[in-house]
Amino acid sequence: MKSRDPQRQQGAGWLFVSPAILVLGVFLVAPIGMALWVSLSDWSGSGSPISRDVNFIGTENYNALLADPGLARQDLMISFRNTFYYVLGVVPLQTILALSLAVLLNNRFLKGRTFFRTAFYFPSVVSSVAISLLFLFLFAGSGAINNVLGWFGVNGPNWFQDSRGLIHIFGDAVGLWSLASPPSWMTEPSVMGLSFWEWFSGPSVALSAIMMQVIWTTAGTFMLLFLAGLQDLPVEVEEAAMVDGANKWQRFMNVTVPHLRPTILLVVTLGFIGTWQVFDQMYVMTQGGPAKTTLTPAYLSYQAAFTNGDWGQGAAIAFILFAIIFILTTTQRWLMRDKDASAQKRADRGVRRRQRRRPTPVIVEETQRKAQSS
Amino acid sequence: MSAPSKDDRAPIRPVVAAVGEGRPSRVKKFWFYGMLIFFALLYIYPFIIQLVTSFKTDPDATGNALSLTPDPFTTGAWETLFSSNYPTWFTNSVIVTLCVTVGRVFFCSLAGYALARLKFTGRIALFTGLLAVMAVPGIVLLIPKFLILNYIGIYNTYPALIVPLMIDAAGIFIMKQFFETIPESVEEAARIDGASTFRTFWSVVLPMAKPALITLTILSFQGSWNELGHFIVATNDPALYTLTRGVAGFTTGGLGSGNQYPVAMAAALLMTIPTALVFIVFQRYFTQGANAGAEKG
Repeated sequence: MKSRDPQRQQGAGWLFVSPAILVLGVFLVAPIGMALWVSLSDWSGSGSPISRDVNFIGTENYNALLADPGLARQDLMISFRNTFYYVLGVVPLQTILALSLAVLLNNRFLKGRTFFRTAFYFPSVVSSVAISLLFLFLFAGSGAINNVLGWFGVNGPNWFQDSRGLIHIFGDAVGLWSLASPPSWMTEPSVMGLSFWEWFSGPSVALSAIMMQVIWTTAGTFMLLFLAGLQDLPVEVEEAAMVDGANKWQRFMNVTVPHLRPTILLVVTLGFIGTWQVFDQMYVMTQGGPAKTTLTPAYLSYQAAFTNGDWGQGAAIAFILFAIIFILTTTQRWLMRDKDASAQKRADRGVRRRQRRRPTPVIVEETQRKAQSS
Repeated sequence: MSAPSKDDRAPIRPVVAAVGEGRPSRVKKFWFYGMLIFFALLYIYPFIIQLVTSFKTDPDATGNALSLTPDPFTTGAWETLFSSNYPTWFTNSVIVTLCVTVGRVFFCSLAGYALARLKFTGRIALFTGLLAVMAVPGIVLLIPKFLILNYIGIYNTYPALIVPLMIDAAGIFIMKQFFETIPESVEEAARIDGASTFRTFWSVVLPMAKPALITLTILSFQGSWNELGHFIVATNDPALYTLTRGVAGFTTGGLGSGNQYPVAMAAALLMTIPTALVFIVFQRYFTQGANAGAEKG
């Protein structure tokens, strides 16, 4: 419409966005710049980081973390190892659990669906601190979990004090090696400051407990995504499979799963992004211990800066983590854009969909981030 | 649980197992409900244990973790909790959450509306910037945020707890997306009547955006009530701790000697109750929020 006063919208537009620009600028963009400087400087934590006493030291902090043999690099590698096993365990299991819950809830003859859905989703909206306290109690030496294990004659471990790796324990149990004296061919060679023995430890018992907690907490969110996906499954396709004589399992594997592939992709990639950011649980429950087996890059960064006063290194770890998550996010957006196009095609073909608003994947990321990490 | 609203019952159209199968046999039903009850127990029982344990004594909690009858029954844990700093933290959490939520809903709507509707130079650049900001994971901002709060001298103040959380890029995005679905003709009418841009926004557009506003309110409430990282780096003054920050300290000797499980359970339970109430009342908005992304697939 030409009747609008362009001048007025110009002013109003900037006025409307100015609070957002101000806050995001001061508390997000500027601090990132400041932290980037700190990661390249020798600032010790006292005084202003932007003063004459603070020197530019180039990539020294990054070298210490990624190249030079030493404690800093070793700690970062330990945190990478832990995160690797953490991701390897959490992402598939939470996806499978979420899908199982969704399929259960999608059953025709289920009564009280709302109740069950509420129960499964509820932990996702509860504070990670509250859930962590609860799990500290459940997994305590004489806690509920070990009591239940006791019914089956299993003597449960002292979960959060146990730094033994699961692969180590397994190898010990089947007689591959002895936990007490690991074979020299595994302890000798060292890659990036860690021996094979340490790299191939598997997640420690303590980390496994945290993994179970996170899987339990997050599955509910993803269950909702799967439920939405299941409702979009056209009945005709299902019926065609029935006519062809496919049994229930075959239909699940050949009809349902392929139909859900975009949702599975979304859940898996969100899982990858979320698991790299885990921090709250480590802060509340283990502080990285026992024996650094629950150390994650996010917690290591916090610890380096706030506990050890090594701000340059802490900031450098944060940027390394940022780079990793950025790669994961970009990959996700790229993969999903592909799926967007095909989803659009499907929609165009006239598959009936529920009337919903425009897709806002952000909310999922938001929900998931809150549920899992921060 | 919640008052069943129309939407509550409607969303799940059981399709997968529904097709052409006759009545499920007794055995199948048995297995199905068996599985369901197993999972329900897995998800509900921990909270029941939490509730019961908060009325136990320390030795009872440690010795009989699974028992559902406190022996002896005591409100000692709750008394300890209320005589600690917990009430202060609770008050702080309420203040911070209210301010953040009100601010976030207002400012994100304003910005979202401008990006969706107003024509001004730099709008597209701003939107690109917004998408970039959204890609920054909160967890890597801990150190940067501390640096800036310290630098501008508001570390250990209420504004430090509140202002940085007040704008959320994802919130702006949600509002922008929603405003774009409102027909433009509505605003034209108001504008022809001579209403100012803000007046049009406030009295005409905003009331139409109620579903998005409720979703954003709930996300903001839940987000700021459960936030931990930001409060760790914004203050180290126990008088300014929020619940998450204060209670997190319970595990690292904040309660003095012993494990004090009953107090920890009471603390965790009490901080869960406001979330639970909001969740139960507004449940369909929660599920909508999470479902909105599923359209992706």
